Amino acid sequence: MSLILEHVTITRPDGAKLIRGLTLNVAPGSVTTVMGPSGIGKSTLLDAIAGSLAPGFALSGRITLNGRDLTALPPERRRIGLMFQDALLFPHLSLAGNLAFGLDPRIRGRAARAQAVDEALAEAGLAGLGLRDPATLSGGQRARAALMRTLLAAPEALLLDEPFGKLDMSLRDEIQRFVFDHAAARGVPVLLVSHDPQDAAAAGGPVVALA
Amino acid sequence: MRAVPALLLAALVAPVVLGLWQTGRAAFGIMPALGRETPSLEPWRQLFALPGLGGSIRLSLVSGLGAAILSLLIALALVQALQGRLSAARAARWLAPFLAVPHAALAIGMAFLLAPSGWIARALAPLMDWTRPPGAASVNDPWGMALMLGLMVKEIPFLMLVILAALGQVPLARIMAMGRALGYGPGAVWLRLVLPAIWPMLRLPFWVVLVYSVSNVDMAIILGPANPPVLGVAVTRWFVSPDLAMILPASAGAILQAGLAGAVIAAAWGAERLAARLGPAWLARGGRGPAGAPGWMAGAVLRLAAMAGLVLMAAGLLAMAALAIWSLAFRWPFPLILPEAWSLNAWSMTAPGWRRALMTSVLLAGTTASLSLALAVAWLQAAPARMRAEWLILLPLLVPQIGFLHGLNVVFLRAGLQADLLAVGMGQMLFVFPYVLLSLSGPWRAVDPRLMRTAAALGAGPWRRLVAVRLPVLLRPLLTAWAIGIAVSVAQYLPTLYLGAGRVATLTTEAVTLASGSDRRVSGVYASLQALVPLLAYACAFVIPAWWHRDRRALAGAFR
Amino acid sequence: MISARLLALALGLSLAAPIHAQTKDWQAVLDEARGQNVFWHAWGGDARTNAFIEWVSAQTSQRYGVTVTQVKLSDTAEAVTRVLSEKAAGRDEGGAVDLIWINGPNFLAMKEQGLLHGPFVADLPNARYLDLSPEAPASVDFTVPVEGMESPWRLARFVFVHDSERAPEPPRSMAEFVTWAEANPGRMTHPAVSNFMGATFLKQALVELAPDPAMLQEPATPETFETATAPLWEWYDALRPNLWREGRTLPENQGVQQQLLNDGEIDIAMSFDPASTAAAIAEGLLPDTARVFVTEGGMIGNVSFVAIPYNAANKAGAKVVADFLISPEAQAHMQDITVLGSFSVLDPARLDAEAQALFDALPTAEALPRLEDLGPTLLEPHASWMTLLTEEWSRRYTQ
Repeated sequence: MSLILEHVTITRPDGAKLIRGLTLNVAPGSVTTVMGPSGIGKSTLLDAIAGSLAPGFALSGRITLNGRDLTALPPERRRIGLMFQDALLFPHLSLAGNLAFGLDPRIRGRAARAQAVDEALAEAGLAGLGLRDPATLSGGQRARAALMRTLLAAPEALLLDEPFGKLDMSLRDEIQRFVFDHAAARGVPVLLVSHDPQDAAAAGGPVVALA
Repeated sequence: MRAVPALLLAALVAPVVLGLWQTGRAAFGIMPALGRETPSLEPWRQLFALPGLGGSIRLSLVSGLGAAILSLLIALALVQALQGRLSAARAARWLAPFLAVPHAALAIGMAFLLAPSGWIARALAPLMDWTRPPGAASVNDPWGMALMLGLMVKEIPFLMLVILAALGQVPLARIMAMGRALGYGPGAVWLRLVLPAIWPMLRLPFWVVLVYSVSNVDMAIILGPANPPVLGVAVTRWFVSPDLAMILPASAGAILQAGLAGAVIAAAWGAERLAARLGPAWLARGGRGPAGAPGWMAGAVLRLAAMAGLVLMAAGLLAMAALAIWSLAFRWPFPLILPEAWSLNAWSMTAPGWRRALMTSVLLAGTTASLSLALAVAWLQAAPARMRAEWLILLPLLVPQIGFLHGLNVVFLRAGLQADLLAVGMGQMLFVFPYVLLSLSGPWRAVDPRLMRTAAALGAGPWRRLVAVRLPVLLRPLLTAWAIGIAVSVAQYLPTLYLGAGRVATLTTEAVTLASGSDRRVSGVYASLQALVPLLAYACAFVIPAWWHRDRRALAGAFR
Repeated sequence: MISARLLALALGLSLAAPIHAQTKDWQAVLDEARGQNVFWHAWGGDARTNAFIEWVSAQTSQRYGVTVTQVKLSDTAEAVTRVLSEKAAGRDEGGAVDLIWINGPNFLAMKEQGLLHGPFVADLPNARYLDLSPEAPASVDFTVPVEGMESPWRLARFVFVHDSERAPEPPRSMAEFVTWAEANPGRMTHPAVSNFMGATFLKQALVELAPDPAMLQEPATPETFETATAPLWEWYDALRPNLWREGRTLPENQGVQQQLLNDGEIDIAMSFDPASTAAAIAEGLLPDTARVFVTEGGMIGNVSFVAIPYNAANKAGAKVVADFLISPEAQAHMQDITVLGSFSVLDPARLDAEAQALFDALPTAEALPRLEDLGPTLLEPHASWMTLLTEEWSRRYTQ
């Protein structure tokens, strides 16, 4: 059970090929890092896997997750979590509201959902901050909240798009550890995109270089 | 869903084209109701034989081009002068009253401010020892100056908002810093670097302003010269001449008006192409003005324009105040600064009338603005990020109303539509929807696409992404677009008049009619109400999001 | 006693018999009209007229179940154009216009184009109070025979208004306006000639100055027009340089002109309503010192009518309203200085004592002229004169 890319090729609207015949197997609980210079198509690859490829781009090949073919599914049904450089917490919801937004709908009942959110907040060291405006949180708090929100949706894979790029060095180690530990604990395959070798080293898994 | 933009475009373009076609038929002599069945050039011969036609065309061009170009210059100067001190959100709040107040209401107020017996003359009277109003032609002047001033008070704020929105899309601070580091003064940087960067976003709004300026009717009736009037007013008069056969040359005049607007746009486009051709060489020369005073000329012009802009804005505010005061006056003879006697008579005597007009205006505005908002959301959901045909939604704003409304009226009648609220509402949608869509599309596309992708990754389908994320995040721009829709609907004069057969009496049709009556107090009542309705809508657009998002720093901010 | 009652009954029957058929027809009209809403297209620039129409609606809805909605026009021709464009679109019934306040050239245009419903006036019960003989003012509209196609509702007499304090000695003839304006440059003006009032100012001068006023009652020909108007243009050329703003700009209509008088920008204005000055003073729209004056030879007068378009959706309702307008009650209410102050169109000789009492009870005011002060009423020239005058004036004086 894992995230598998078979002969994935992405064509730009002008016909140029961004990614050619990429084949990858990301095992559960492991982190695969995709590296390469800007403009090579790293983010486009993540868009293709998440299902949000811009109109005009064409994808060939096959992407499967835990045996399900993702290619034809809309993004909301792929069960793939996304993390970006920015935490992208919803500005109109409280911190708890953000977490509840992602929370798996199979958890039912107001009390059960509130409890799940509280536990996730505590796990991220954000206990008691549930009613806070996301805009008032620190960068580290926001990053942890974003990861918890993603995990609460019970994703079967995680895609990380340069998630540590904006963090300063002291915070960076902490958040890297937090993300990778949680992913490993849940046994989900992680695909990390970065241009920073330090991220790849911290991830500790295989590295794929795009060129 | 995919078909929404195409359908809406067709619904916007078809009435304009059909209306123009009907008007065009009459312009070439075909009007079966008058027994004219064969095409001829006779209407055009009649049109060109009408006295004052040349004068009307000249006036329309001079006052229209003058107002539009000066408005652009002053708006740029004001934005430049206030740069850094004025965020787009704050500016929107300050400019709201000017955007909200309908053209006709503002014109009625300006007329009182500028008239020889008006507030300015009254303020000067003790100094100049005037016991009678001076004999100066300060409104309805034969050169159209008062009309130009009135147009500018409405257009400068609109262009300022457009400029501020465009500036939000370019790295202004960095361009400024870079330009100044290279030795250019702030004015020079604006002209050489900022303006070319934002012009593509200003082009269409400026064209809309150009067309409105050369073809407006309601403001020109109140502030413009009477003999000859500007072309739009002249054509409106010919359309209602007791001599029914005048409809043919009037239709030719309407087509001429449309041609005039086209010519003005073509000229603006030509000037732009010329600047684009000559500009690079000029920029490459690297002239920085005399040493020690970089760009002092540009600076002086900008400062002067900014001052003029502030004076005009102050005049606009006084004009609005004058409306309210007149509605509460009993007698207010020259040279008193304030009324001699006050009374609520004007309000109470006309109460049945203004209540009905108010209800009609509110009903029309509420319906058209809300429907336009819903359609705009559907459009933006469905449309690709950049649609080549998008400029077409501006077609109803780029073709002078007088050019197609008379014809559209005939089309509506043929289609069996009664001249009622429905017909007027449909007609108003032609103008309300484009403004609502234009106002919403910027903020809509500015929403970080990753935010929507994050929501999708969390399992939210398209509907939930729209309702639970995009709409709440866009609450303020949504309400602002809605308020703009309200203001546009309330201000519509010609569409309401033509498509409602005059039976649909709104605050604006009543205000313009009453402005031609003897009772300035009653005009004051209607014009005040006319300004009040959109102002309240704008107030909602500021207060509701501020309250709703009171604990959300990234979204509140109306009160910061 | 019994015989007297029988006699009265017999008399009553003999009188009622011919009327009976009419009453029956009228009853059918009333039945049809009940529940209708009449769209009355009427110039909307006068708040008092608008309020009077509101009153009419309240009355007719209470009495006959017919409501009136005023469609406020800035120019009557808008309604004419509307009917024409309906005809153009083939809408021969269910039209938007039920009733139009109309006269003069607009009436002529609609009558010539077959855009009117009728004749209907003789069928109105209250027409018994009208003098409908062929020469009577209510039978001729700008010399065009009415022929029952429009029903009168208010009397218009052209009068001048002056501020008796600032201009105590107003001109006494149209010719004297030239010398008065020379002595008081910039202190008078007239509404734009495209406006009814402005055209009437020229017609008033034309009637006084034309070599042979009788020719004005015939349709104008190029020859008669040239002869008749030559002295007029000479007069106007002398007057114009001393008008307000040298005559280069003119007020849009009499409302704007009255506002100028109230603002003190001019000293002389004009009106089609001898009572409007007193009413305007009472409302704060004119200074207390405003007074009506007329020229010695008399002033033009005409009657305002209502007409029903051929395709009106609510013809029965429109007739009920037209009938109510010529009831003694409506006419007396209209003549009330505190309401409209327009003189009645009814023939005083045909009023019974009860109706007469309604008029006698009306209040008066200092600035309200007595009928005898207004001098003789001059006939309107044939409608073609107004059209030609307007055109010739634009040709001569539009830059």
